[in-house]
Amino acid sequence: MNKNDLLREEIIRRSGVNPKKCMKCGKCSGTCPAYDEMEFHPHQFASMIDSGDIQPLIDSESVYKCLSCFACVERCPRGVEPAKLIEAVRLSVIREKGNNRMTPNDIPEKVDEETPQQLLVSAFRKYTK
Amino acid sequence: MKVSYFPGCTLKNKAKDLDEYARKCAELLGVTLEEIENWQCCGGVFTTSKDEVATKLSSVRALKDAKSKEQPLVSVCSACHNVIKQTNHAMQTDSEFADKVNRYMADEEPYDGETEVLHYLELLRDKVGFDKVKEAVVNSLKGKKIAAYYGCLLLRPNSVMRMDDPENPTIMEELISAMGATPVVYGMRNECCGGYIALESPELAKKKSNAVVANAKAQGADMIITACPLCRYNLEKNGADIPVVYFTELLAQALGVKEAENE
Amino acid sequence: MQRIGVFVCWCGSNIAGTVDVKAVAEAIKSEPGVVYSTDYQYMCSQAGQNMIIESVKEHNLTGLVICSCSPRMHEATFRKTAAAAGLNPYMVEIANIREQCSWVHKEMPVGTEKAIILAKAAVAKVNLNTPLTPGESPVTKRALVIGGGIAGIQTALDIADAGFPVDIVETKPTIGGKMAQLDKTFPTLDCAACILTPKMVDVAQHEKIRIFSYSEVTEVKGFVGNFDVTIKRKARFVDETKCTGCGDCVDKCPMKKNPNEFNMGMDNRSAIYIPFAQAVPKVATIDAGACTMLKKGKCGLCSKVCGAGAIDYTQKDEFVSEKYGAIVVATGFNVINLDKFDEYAYNQSKDVITSLEFERLTNAAGPTAGKLLRPSDGKHPHKIVFVQCVGSRCENCAEKGKEYCSKICCMYTAKHAMLTRDKYPDTDVTVFTIDVRTPGKNFDEFYRRAVEEFGVKYVKGMVGKIVPEGDVLKVQASDLISNKQLHIDADLVVLAAAIEPDKSARPLATMLTASMDTNDFFTEAHPKLRPVESPTAGVYLSGACQGPKDIPETVSQAGAAASKVIGLLCKDKLVGNPCVASSNELMCNGCSSCERVCPYGAITYSDKEFRMPDRTTKIRRVASVNPAVCQGCGACTVACPSGAMDLRGFANDQIMAEVDAICK
Repeated sequence: MNKNDLLREEIIRRSGVNPKKCMKCGKCSGTCPAYDEMEFHPHQFASMIDSGDIQPLIDSESVYKCLSCFACVERCPRGVEPAKLIEAVRLSVIREKGNNRMTPNDIPEKVDEETPQQLLVSAFRKYTK
Repeated sequence: MKVSYFPGCTLKNKAKDLDEYARKCAELLGVTLEEIENWQCCGGVFTTSKDEVATKLSSVRALKDAKSKEQPLVSVCSACHNVIKQTNHAMQTDSEFADKVNRYMADEEPYDGETEVLHYLELLRDKVGFDKVKEAVVNSLKGKKIAAYYGCLLLRPNSVMRMDDPENPTIMEELISAMGATPVVYGMRNECCGGYIALESPELAKKKSNAVVANAKAQGADMIITACPLCRYNLEKNGADIPVVYFTELLAQALGVKEAENE
Repeated sequence: MQRIGVFVCWCGSNIAGTVDVKAVAEAIKSEPGVVYSTDYQYMCSQAGQNMIIESVKEHNLTGLVICSCSPRMHEATFRKTAAAAGLNPYMVEIANIREQCSWVHKEMPVGTEKAIILAKAAVAKVNLNTPLTPGESPVTKRALVIGGGIAGIQTALDIADAGFPVDIVETKPTIGGKMAQLDKTFPTLDCAACILTPKMVDVAQHEKIRIFSYSEVTEVKGFVGNFDVTIKRKARFVDETKCTGCGDCVDKCPMKKNPNEFNMGMDNRSAIYIPFAQAVPKVATIDAGACTMLKKGKCGLCSKVCGAGAIDYTQKDEFVSEKYGAIVVATGFNVINLDKFDEYAYNQSKDVITSLEFERLTNAAGPTAGKLLRPSDGKHPHKIVFVQCVGSRCENCAEKGKEYCSKICCMYTAKHAMLTRDKYPDTDVTVFTIDVRTPGKNFDEFYRRAVEEFGVKYVKGMVGKIVPEGDVLKVQASDLISNKQLHIDADLVVLAAAIEPDKSARPLATMLTASMDTNDFFTEAHPKLRPVESPTAGVYLSGACQGPKDIPETVSQAGAAASKVIGLLCKDKLVGNPCVASSNELMCNGCSSCERVCPYGAITYSDKEFRMPDRTTKIRRVASVNPAVCQGCGACTVACPSGAMDLRGFANDQIMAEVDAICK
């Protein structure tokens, strides 16, 4: 197995998603609220992971733009669950040493009086390991 | 009736109202929320990856505590409910994951997802009954046009959450009607406010939140209710020009619990 | 004792490649009853069959075992051979040494050993075979067509034109079905009413056709050639024989606020109504749920204005029993309920409509007299979005959509988009598709014309969300080719909702013991070679009840079903299958177990007089099998606790003898 295939297997196993189920209708990307912020869109995650073209996804900021709102998961007619694929790729990135996107030192300048704890906790869960 | 209660970090801090009114209203409706001892933060987001175990253990501990008391586990915060419910579902359906968790907690009794997980709204609808709520209303909110904001966490993924129709929910609208007000149905009620992106990209959160508020207003709402502190934060911070309140606060007002405290 | 001949076929190398056929022929010689055995290259060929016939004569054979391919392939062939040799055709047994032996084994010794065992089992069975003679039953020369849409209409006309009487049972007050609601039809754009209503009139005037409108089939008994059917004629509170269809009652009725089903609820009708001007029969019907006279005993206006004296508030449901030789199912389709697809806001906005509603909006006889106006405010829409595959091709959503392609939507959407651009060139029309499926004669050319000549915009991508805001519908969608997310403020959105079989199909299938697939479409006897017959003899399929179909396909299938029915009704007698169950009345204890498990309703119980050993007589309740209805499944023989039930040709002792031979 070459590196791409290994990565593909790993992402499929971790996400529990079978990207082969995708019928390329684009409803996920039609429903995505963060579409315009993303270089690669939900339907491209399904298609690129299936074909083993994963490095561009790893190198892209797109993994941090997914809001985890699960609209794509809910509305996909084939049960593909693109959000889980995106999360699996994101974990591939942040689980590498030194790849935490945010540190506690970044927090003070980002919060205000009203910032709920929930926001900080969620962001740390999403951006760091 | 007594239920186990998981308040969550935000309800102990920035969202004290959400917590306090939830307890008072429940008490008035004959339900005691018994706070779980030594609960730990749910983590705010459920990591969907199958190999993520440690971050889900706090939820499992809360679930086990409720199981030992043979009580359903109730939370009010949308995020806590989502994380706990998804964790419980994984314990029920993903044996590999459940096995890992149970090995991790080797000194304790194994857990297989036996606890019933309820959101406070489900407690009202399925255990108390909205008809009972309606009877208990002393300050009818008649004339108010209220838009329920569900966001993402209460409804999705529906295969796990099973609270309501994820595209056409009615549970909060029914509560609004029970309180005597008029529910405003609007398309953006189950679209994302931007969530945690607010920390990294406040502009995107603003765009998403504004679209929600604008749609609610355009459809005639003069108030928005929510169950999620982060939704409320995003909506308010981005200049919502109609009130955004926790549904428990409004319920407390309708049931007369809020006034009693002010007097 | 039988004199059995065993004939081992090589099937070229199909069998001989992995089975030592000579060794099989040799090994079987010592089996009890076997007096002759041989092998040959192609036993089914004329030479092979002649060899069998000669051997029967030469060795005075009374039973044959053919070791060859599956009985599904050539059992009938060798039965005919046996008959030609003067034997009863049921004295033949096939040992399947191809599909069940040579094709599944690779090594010669294994294949040969198994072939010998299979041959021995067949020999053991033939030793116990007895000659069987199939029974005959008469044919009632009348057909029943269930459903009065274009499928039922065409089938009925074709059967009736061949000279056989036909009854159409239609649950609605008029025949015509979905086609009557359509505006124009693809790909030629004929007006649906112009081509359908003359056919409806033909049906009404045909001397061989009776229409039971506002009626339902409630019970089906019997079997091919001899069905007994009960039809419920629902009370319409109007005497069909007196009503002239003048419509005075409809005008005078004060209860006018009832959703008009024919216009998909987009306008109202009165409590007494005629669905549309060309209805057949053109007779009024009272909606009992809406009529104050029927609900509260007050009003009676329609009765007062009716010059023909046709109104009858005391009318009750009536049940009619009739015999038929053949039954054609033509129950059709409906669009699915879109409640669970509210990401498209169908429940939130009146201006999000289904394609069938769009048909009514553009139909000259529709709620807007054919002017394309928005249901919410009656304004002319300038931006229209069509969404295809709403609820079709859904894999994850058993509780929401359908897994199959609904087949007709690509074409009718192209038609809607084209006609809109033709009639209202100031309107911007965008169609969102996953892909465009146009495999029909002149279909793709039609779709391309919509794009190239009429300027319809096709986008490869799906709509993800529709949000009504003020008087626009905010459509958010993907454009996969441009790799963009599109945001369109539309005035009207048309959803191509999936289609599904009519809800009446499932209970009807149970009554007919006709099989269905998981989607409730009727199953055909063979998907390629018997597409218009149900596996249940005498039941035929016409139109969308068997699968999604457009009008040309429906009409073709309707004609095909009619020709099959005509073929059946032309016969005076039907030859049955002799391998049916029979009950030994002396052993039957009257427990009814067999009656309960019989899927065909072939078993009945009756009281019979028996002479007892002490010369008294006793009346006992015993089972008897109607051989014409029995399909020989054998369920009763297993259910019978006293061993009274047995299956001819597959008797318990025959099966046991086979098992013993295998286990020896």
